[in-house]
Amino acid sequence: MNDFWIYVLVMFGVTYGVRVLPFMVFREKIKSRYIRSFLAYIPYTVLGAMTFPAVFYATGSLPGAMAGVFAALVLAYRGKGLFPVAVFASGTAFLAGWFFM
Amino acid sequence: MWYIFMQGGYTTVKLQKENDKYIGNEFLQGIRDGSAIGIGYLSVSFTFGIAAVSSGLNWWQAFVVSLMNLTSAGQFAGITIMAALGTYLEMAVSQFVINLRYALMSISLSQKVDRDFGWQKKMILGFAVTDEIFAVAMSRKGEVSGRYFAGLTVLPLLGWNLGTLAGAVLGDILPKHIVSALGLAIYGMFIAIVVPVVKENKKIRIIVIFAVCISFCLYYLPGLKNISSGFAVIIASVTASGAGAWLFPVEEGEEVKG
Repeated sequence: MNDFWIYVLVMFGVTYGVRVLPFMVFREKIKSRYIRSFLAYIPYTVLGAMTFPAVFYATGSLPGAMAGVFAALVLAYRGKGLFPVAVFASGTAFLAGWFFM
Repeated sequence: MWYIFMQGGYTTVKLQKENDKYIGNEFLQGIRDGSAIGIGYLSVSFTFGIAAVSSGLNWWQAFVVSLMNLTSAGQFAGITIMAALGTYLEMAVSQFVINLRYALMSISLSQKVDRDFGWQKKMILGFAVTDEIFAVAMSRKGEVSGRYFAGLTVLPLLGWNLGTLAGAVLGDILPKHIVSALGLAIYGMFIAIVVPVVKENKKIRIIVIFAVCISFCLYYLPGLKNISSGFAVIIASVTASGAGAWLFPVEEGEEVKG
């Protein structure tokens, strides 16, 4: 029988280390223009790659998810904030998923 | 002479007051900026709580997992491995691969924090580096102070843990369709973060589209689709950012922001 606490401690140890060690080790400003550019682009590429195509399978209804993504893209393009975009995306996905059921 | 001294003293006091006010504002501003993340996390962690309980964990075990990890993809993978009675090594490798992007974010963040952001603060606040908290911190003008970052983490931490608790305890009450539609909330947030920047900045637009294309290939192409989702995110983002840094190097002092 595998122990819940060992699982959780392994999860915590790895996740915490991956976050905090690089944060503490890098103290000087990085001078390399290439690395600075690379790091500047990372957040947007990570979010893009995490979202697509996984988002289409997030709700169990492909048409529902597609409608939700469309709503999110339109609202975000119009400059709406995180919360309204998230709520309207979920709401649209729910209605469309129900409609296409 | 006396007059100048008085003036100087007055100015110092005034500056001190403005500084205090500023420091208070930094923390409050952080809390304000974190509110949308907190609300977003509430719904995502709610679905995590439901998933954890339905995979066989107790409600308090689901809560402990959230309390100690604060990461959506990693936690979802974690409960899957627990349910499948996977090895501890498998758990460690999956967490490392899925969460390796935090290392990249922490390095970016280490370039952005101010000088007073010492190692003690990094040890505590570094725990809260997530995609969204990182993205909001990086979009702040100028340097990021410890107080601002601490404020930024308050509502996301609260939302993540309370949402997990609520999901784990109440999980089975909500109809399945509502619960699954809520799974889209986190992606809605991602889209809301990226789209405005992509709209304004042509370089980032090209790079993000490239990353998304790679991600699609890794998901659908035969042979490549066996790659885990965490690893696919790393390959796509590192390749696209690497190509972007080579094609469009950032100017000295230039902020990459829409």
